Amino acid sequence: MVHAAPPSQAAAVKPPSFLRANAEAIAFVVMAAGLIVAPFFTYPLFLMQAMCFALFACAFNLLIGYVGLLSFGHALYFGWASYLAAHAAKVWGLTPELAILTGTATAAILGLVAGSLAIRRQGIYFAMITLALAQMMFFFALQMKFTGGEDGIQAVPRGYLFGLIDLKNEAAMYIVVLFIFLGGFLLIYRIIHSPFGEVLKAIRENEPRAISLGYKTDRYKLIAFVLSATIAGCAGATKAIVLQLASLTDVNWPMSGEVVLMSLVGGLGTIFGPVVGSFVILLMQYKLSVVGEWVLVIQGIIFVSCVLLFRRGIVGEIAARFKG
Amino acid sequence: MSADIILETEGLTKEFAGFAAVGGVDLRVARGSIHALIGPNGAGKTTCFNLLTKFLSPTRGRIVFKGQDITAMQPADVARLGLVRSFQISAVFPHMTVLENVRIALQRLRGNSMDFWRSRSVLDQYNNKAMELIADVGLSDFSNWTAVELPYGRKRALEIATTLALDPEMLLLDEPTAGMGHEDIARIAQLIKRVAANRTVLMVEHNLSVVADLSDTITVLTRGRVLAEGDYATVSNNPDVREAYMGVGHA
Repeated sequence: MVHAAPPSQAAAVKPPSFLRANAEAIAFVVMAAGLIVAPFFTYPLFLMQAMCFALFACAFNLLIGYVGLLSFGHALYFGWASYLAAHAAKVWGLTPELAILTGTATAAILGLVAGSLAIRRQGIYFAMITLALAQMMFFFALQMKFTGGEDGIQAVPRGYLFGLIDLKNEAAMYIVVLFIFLGGFLLIYRIIHSPFGEVLKAIRENEPRAISLGYKTDRYKLIAFVLSATIAGCAGATKAIVLQLASLTDVNWPMSGEVVLMSLVGGLGTIFGPVVGSFVILLMQYKLSVVGEWVLVIQGIIFVSCVLLFRRGIVGEIAARFKG
Repeated sequence: MSADIILETEGLTKEFAGFAAVGGVDLRVARGSIHALIGPNGAGKTTCFNLLTKFLSPTRGRIVFKGQDITAMQPADVARLGLVRSFQISAVFPHMTVLENVRIALQRLRGNSMDFWRSRSVLDQYNNKAMELIADVGLSDFSNWTAVELPYGRKRALEIATTLALDPEMLLLDEPTAGMGHEDIARIAQLIKRVAANRTVLMVEHNLSVVADLSDTITVLTRGRVLAEGDYATVSNNPDVREAYMGVGHA
């Protein structure tokens, strides 16, 4: 009764994903085009900052949306990468690309250490371990000399890219950030749509079954954790160069909370959600800065209504309507 | 230990807060046989399965698979040795297609599962092999269905196809026909018979006609202990078994 399927049958399996794959490509082109023309309409500095946060949120979403791990300490990688990048550029005098690499590598190592401890536990315990480790490292940042304590590291030189291009030029800096953001975004897209991403999906869907098929699931979770921390670090390091500042804000727990909010508003487990979410949140903070502390109340209300009413987030809701 | 015993346990015991769910079970499964584990509810059959596949750690006792002591091994390593289990509740990846479910097992074997930098399209190389396995369990027409949409019996078939993708030397099936209608039961029984042609099968099963039809050896468990062992005729004529198990089942 063993009969091989004719090849045509195997080929006929694919069609349903065809439209969706194209929709993602179109959305990517729209996003890239939008980011290319946007600096002609609004402040480039705001856009660069937003792209850094968007990449940070995308990195966070890789973990929560595609592995199902809620890290509540992602500020650790974002913040420490920005400290090391700032220090490398200011004190060691490294060129900006090497400073960013230094920060990114720092985040990768921190991610490996924190991840190896955290993935031993699941659910709320996993979140608590990531939070505890992040807070521990926050206190280090507060106490250590090189971080500048409450002052942070200020007046970080943007320097010359590859020793050649002056990044004090806003247009040059913008192009660099755009490249880093789009590159990071595409990397995450690739990770999700790779053989590795397929296993992550299986683990999220049914971990005991994945184990019974011989997958050492902890190893996959750890790799995903390190990748997420590394990309978050890249975002933080870039932000330090762009804003010429690394401070306690970036390493403290409200930053970990903010990235949760950004991903949630945009849509967990959607590739564009965190981008949309971080732009919406930053725009809101920016526009509502006149009302002062009330911005936090408004954020709180948005958070609650997202969880209660629009759990899929902005992009998730649109995608659901598009499919339905 | 003789060479034709593929899996052997010595005094396998699992206690939960002092209660012995499995108490000193000595099991010997002959290579190439279909071995059934039966017994009333709560007899410790599923606990036994979880111990054998290392999803639980035994309190005492030893498990030897292919001459190798696996008592202290991780579950994923046991699966890699060729001892692969199914679950009582159908174990599929619900929001993946039938094809993707089977491919997950194939890609572990061929080993590019860590490649996060490559496109998923490299997995297309497994499509033909996956479709063969899917055809084998009669799911050809469903290959692009999402697993969650499949009726129960088909899910079990998919689970078996996924397990067979690993080409394991020994299969542990936890109630393969539970919750199935007549037609499905016949098809799954056929399938088990066919896949057992060149491998060993240990199964927990409630459906006695399936057990009688398929099994070479039957071990009866009650209250975590082995009550009787032998072929169907021997076991079904054992007065203890009649009282403890068949008496209830065939009253």
